[in-house]
Amino acid sequence: MNADTLIRIFTIIAPLSLASFGGASSIYAPMQHEVVDIEKWITAREFLDLFAISRAMPGPGSLFCTLVGWQVAGLAGAIIASIAIYLPSSLVVYGVGHVWSRHRGKRWHNALERGLNPLGAGLLFAGVVTLAKLASDGFLPIAIIGVVCALNVWKPKIHPVIFLMCGGALCYAAYAFA
Amino acid sequence: MDQTRRVPLSEIYRTFFVIGLFSFGGGLVSWIYRDTVDVRKWMSREDFLPGVALAQVMPGVSSTNCAIYVGQILRGWLGALTAITAMLSAPFLISLAAAWAYKSLLHIPGFQETMVGVAAAAIGMLMRTGVEAARPQIRDISAMAVMIASFLAVGVFRFPLVPVICVMGPISVALAWPSAKAEGEA
Repeated sequence: MNADTLIRIFTIIAPLSLASFGGASSIYAPMQHEVVDIEKWITAREFLDLFAISRAMPGPGSLFCTLVGWQVAGLAGAIIASIAIYLPSSLVVYGVGHVWSRHRGKRWHNALERGLNPLGAGLLFAGVVTLAKLASDGFLPIAIIGVVCALNVWKPKIHPVIFLMCGGALCYAAYAFA
Repeated sequence: MDQTRRVPLSEIYRTFFVIGLFSFGGGLVSWIYRDTVDVRKWMSREDFLPGVALAQVMPGVSSTNCAIYVGQILRGWLGALTAITAMLSAPFLISLAAAWAYKSLLHIPGFQETMVGVAAAAIGMLMRTGVEAARPQIRDISAMAVMIASFLAVGVFRFPLVPVICVMGPISVALAWPSAKAEGEA
């Protein structure tokens, strides 16, 4: 295994870990840029496939990084990518956790929450747009994005896996009968 | 921490392993709450709740952040390490199996077309999360501005994420400071 590639995987993902406000969705845009556009390790198509797989499997969305690591550099890549996405942010949470629980309900808690929430929301939309661009070849995927979003607002209790299965089935049907 | 109610690490592992295994599509923080506060009574509601805000404010996934916070309260750094490892072990192995299968699945006709549909549905759900996250910002001009600016910077102009956070984060917290309140204040 190429050690340089592993180091590169780590140096791309670890900073994103510290910047992942709002969770995995904030890192899709920069990941796509680094891994597909700059390094050309995987194609846009593979990026989208791995995103779909990470969402269809149990576990947090950040396991997407594990899949990218595997695709680029096998088992070692998967392990390095997982450490890179989880270790930095986890250390921060661990470090701040002590201070945080001692100063429960303080004004700066509230200021941090109010200040960082809109940032997270903006980054989430950036991730949605990046992914939607990759997925939107033709009318059907765009329609699925819109309908699933609307259905999800209307009936939040429907299990996520049902949406994923229906989306996949629709696109397969379109492929099979076209 | 009351030494008489010291939670064994193996219990922490078991509990978070199951939570990780069945974790589809979010809502995990409430599940952790149910298991650790309601069912097992490892900690009080008052001990748990600050962790929810912490998990959301800090970088990283809120569910694993919350696991670290709970593990830390129960058993210090060993507890935190046990909780996050437990929560990720099943999903990590399942993801590896999926990634391994992916290469052979690529040869099946129609597989990639199907995955576009799965991805589109996942993007739709992500968008709904975005709509929910955006809703509380609409009432506040400066929060709206921060949200739109960070979206444009990263999503449209493709600025690198880390510098954007370093600039927008402090600005946004400073803007929120005048309207921020300590708990119990009117």
